[in-house]
Amino acid sequence: MKSCRLDQANAKDGCVDRSRLLKSTDKMSVARHVLKCSRFAFHSTTLNCSRSFSTSQCKMTSRHKNSKRIEGLDKNVWVAFTSVAADPSIVNLGQGFPDIPPPSYVKEALAEASSVDRMNQYTRGFGHPSLVKALSQVYGKVCGRQIDPFKEILVTVGGYGSLFSTMQGLVDEGDEVIIIEPFFDCYVPMVRMAGGKPVLIPLRLKSGNKTGTSADWFLDPEELSSKFNSKTKAIIINTPNNPIGKIFSRDELQMIADLCIKHDTLCFSDEVYEWLIYRGHQHVKIATLPGMWDRTITIGSAGKTFSVTGWKLGWSVGPEHLIKHLQTVMQNTMYTCPTPLQEAVAQGFQRNLELMGQPECYFSSLPEELELKRDRMAAILQEAGMTPVIPEGGYFMLVDITSLNQDLSHMEEDEAYDYKFVKWMIKEKKLAAIPVTAFVGEESKKHFEKYIRLCFIKQDSTLDAAEAILKNWRKV
Amino acid sequence: MINVPLLQIIMSRRIHARRTEGVDKNVWNEFTQLAADYKAVNLGHGFPDFSPPKFVQEAFCDAVNGGAQMHQYTRVFGHPRLVQSLATFFSRVTGHEIDPLEDVLVTVGAYQALFCAFQALIDEGDEVIIVEPYFNCYQTMVKMVGGKEVYVPLRPKVEESQSSAVWTLSAEELASKFTPRTKAIVINTPNNPLGKVYKTEELQMIADLCIKHDVLCISDEVYEWLTYDGNKHVKIASLPSMWERTITIGSGGKTFSATGWKVGWVISSGHIIKHMKTIFKNSVYHCPTAAQEAVACAFEREYKLFGSPESYFQQLPAMLHHRRRKLASCLQSVGLQPIMPEGGYFMIADISSVKVDFNDDSTKDESYDCRFVKWLTKEKGLATIPVSIFYSPEHRKEFDKYVRFCFVKEEATLDAAEQILRKWSQGK
Repeated sequence: MKSCRLDQANAKDGCVDRSRLLKSTDKMSVARHVLKCSRFAFHSTTLNCSRSFSTSQCKMTSRHKNSKRIEGLDKNVWVAFTSVAADPSIVNLGQGFPDIPPPSYVKEALAEASSVDRMNQYTRGFGHPSLVKALSQVYGKVCGRQIDPFKEILVTVGGYGSLFSTMQGLVDEGDEVIIIEPFFDCYVPMVRMAGGKPVLIPLRLKSGNKTGTSADWFLDPEELSSKFNSKTKAIIINTPNNPIGKIFSRDELQMIADLCIKHDTLCFSDEVYEWLIYRGHQHVKIATLPGMWDRTITIGSAGKTFSVTGWKLGWSVGPEHLIKHLQTVMQNTMYTCPTPLQEAVAQGFQRNLELMGQPECYFSSLPEELELKRDRMAAILQEAGMTPVIPEGGYFMLVDITSLNQDLSHMEEDEAYDYKFVKWMIKEKKLAAIPVTAFVGEESKKHFEKYIRLCFIKQDSTLDAAEAILKNWRKV
Repeated sequence: MINVPLLQIIMSRRIHARRTEGVDKNVWNEFTQLAADYKAVNLGHGFPDFSPPKFVQEAFCDAVNGGAQMHQYTRVFGHPRLVQSLATFFSRVTGHEIDPLEDVLVTVGAYQALFCAFQALIDEGDEVIIVEPYFNCYQTMVKMVGGKEVYVPLRPKVEESQSSAVWTLSAEELASKFTPRTKAIVINTPNNPLGKVYKTEELQMIADLCIKHDVLCISDEVYEWLTYDGNKHVKIASLPSMWERTITIGSGGKTFSATGWKVGWVISSGHIIKHMKTIFKNSVYHCPTAAQEAVACAFEREYKLFGSPESYFQQLPAMLHHRRRKLASCLQSVGLQPIMPEGGYFMIADISSVKVDFNDDSTKDESYDCRFVKWLTKEKGLATIPVSIFYSPEHRKEFDKYVRFCFVKEEATLDAAEQILRKWSQGK
């Protein structure tokens, strides 16, 4: 019953975004939209929507239109694709959340926390004391430095909320922000909402001998250097990267660090998948490189750390003179995060802090479990004639679908190949993925439109179902 | 100008975004810290010191143990079960059919609902009328979006009156605040800190101006279930022609005494909600799932019990009704003059007839009520909040003889406050 409502709910949300564009009675608003919005505003499915506006809505005058800061930001790839894939008969390897259960002790900690009276009322705005203390211990150990729990940490509503606080606190009108493609799609709209200008640079596939892994993708040093100028306020990096799964090496991070220092820019490092590192690889924090602590905000996520994406807790770690601006934003946006959730995450960290480096530590056991799923997924895809890009970290895998030569000429929409492919695959094969061009700018589309993204943090039964589909791929 | 030690200046240009200027101070921290330092009986904090009702705590536990999907992302704009229960509940209350998917947005507390409203609808240079006394975030949020705050105070019609009911808006003064640049007016009913519950006629006056000037109304109704003495909470959105221009904000935390859950919502016409959705999905994207599930269950229960004695919306105001009276009589015993609130969590008291020698040079440049609060905390061990912080700079001096008490506290807390006040009055 619940999932049916969810289907309906998500399908209708997809409709709303589309119908606004089609049926807005505010002509002026639409015109500005078309002029100003980026390609991202048009990422939507061609859902047929005959929803009509009621007469009271048609009375909407031009004074009731939106503020300028959200022009062109109303479209979103997730709203479009999660609606289509919400059908329970579809095997969903699209949206990035686990269908494996979180560790029982975090759930128990949450149930316990909510039974304590005080835990159901407001806590400290910038982060529940037991949580910020636990974070300072964990990250202090990892970074090899003392981290002040009250001045150098901010708890936010998910890693997403940290990205938002960072952009709002540190990016101003006219600031340029370098974003590496492919990127988690919220980076661009968030930079734009803060009045900044996104400057894109793609990871490029190396020529010559390839490993078939995410390590084949690299940043061209000269190209990167050319993106920095006097207006550059920050560069955003994501390691391990979503969607490719690339882990930036120490040398690569040093190259970025050198440019940050040379051009006096900030670095926003999205490290939400920091614990999902597969054998033979190491996660390096750019904030630990010389000269970088003072100019880096590092972002983490409880959802990704403890497989509880629905808890929406994240954090920013950095020097006081940067974190205080994020705290100002928090104070004026949400004020505080939920208390019992923070208490439970604190306990999760305390427990694992003691176990760090041992196999029982969740930060070791989860990647071990996922590596098996990763390898299984890769093998299945190869058998079906696709070419997976084995990720070094994270829980996504890119898949090159070129060799399938799937004819999609019957699909008339003016969309990138991967968008059409994913829609076709959902409809014909009942398997959902996410198109990778959702994560890149216009100019890089042609380099990524033969890739789709699959999420493999799924239970065996889900992977079994995917395997069944892929085994039968050529048969239909 | 941000004061940064020389060694830490790593960038030669400004680091912070301009929108954070002037909104970085936190008035609450100072008073919270003082209360903690002096281990004062805390009637300053605006939240319950008792637990949510059992059925609410159980709903949360059930959600936590409710299966894997309770711990993963739910629908972006609000967990389906919650938006459905909110739509059903408030459709009945307002008599207006509310679409759960179009007309409701779930947010991280009412605080974030306010944030989304200002960010989505207020542009640089837009004027926003704020009725004083106001919850201070209205001002900082308007400032952050580059809007211009225009203040209009509630004033007691009758001097030395003892009820929030006589604090009203002057019709002429209010009308004079509307200009071609006015985009919105913000009202809070029941009001924090005053406890005023706006009557239908008062809301109609505001509504008439909104319609005449084509202005939006942001109605913060987080204390909507807490009305006393037969006062009724009226929703301005239910007045004619107001649905399509009103943004009504509610709070799970205040409704169910679970402020730490941070579940809030906005109910408005779809054409306004869609803009708030854009802000929402570019700022937090989702709200936590389990707490939303629990609030949904709680509303479903209240829907069935609405109006009956078992309803929490009857029980909580009934419990607070007596605590309110108790606090008022304690305050009177020391010569403070409480203004009896018609609704909400708070009571303000006129401190002008109490003579106190502050004997504290450190506060000599502060407003009278701030000095009083600090003295009361340090010397008597009772923490409160000065009311002038709820006023604009231009009106602060006019209202610096009041302090705010929160009575949504355990009996034991109020007993402790009573002891302090009794000792004080005996010592006179």
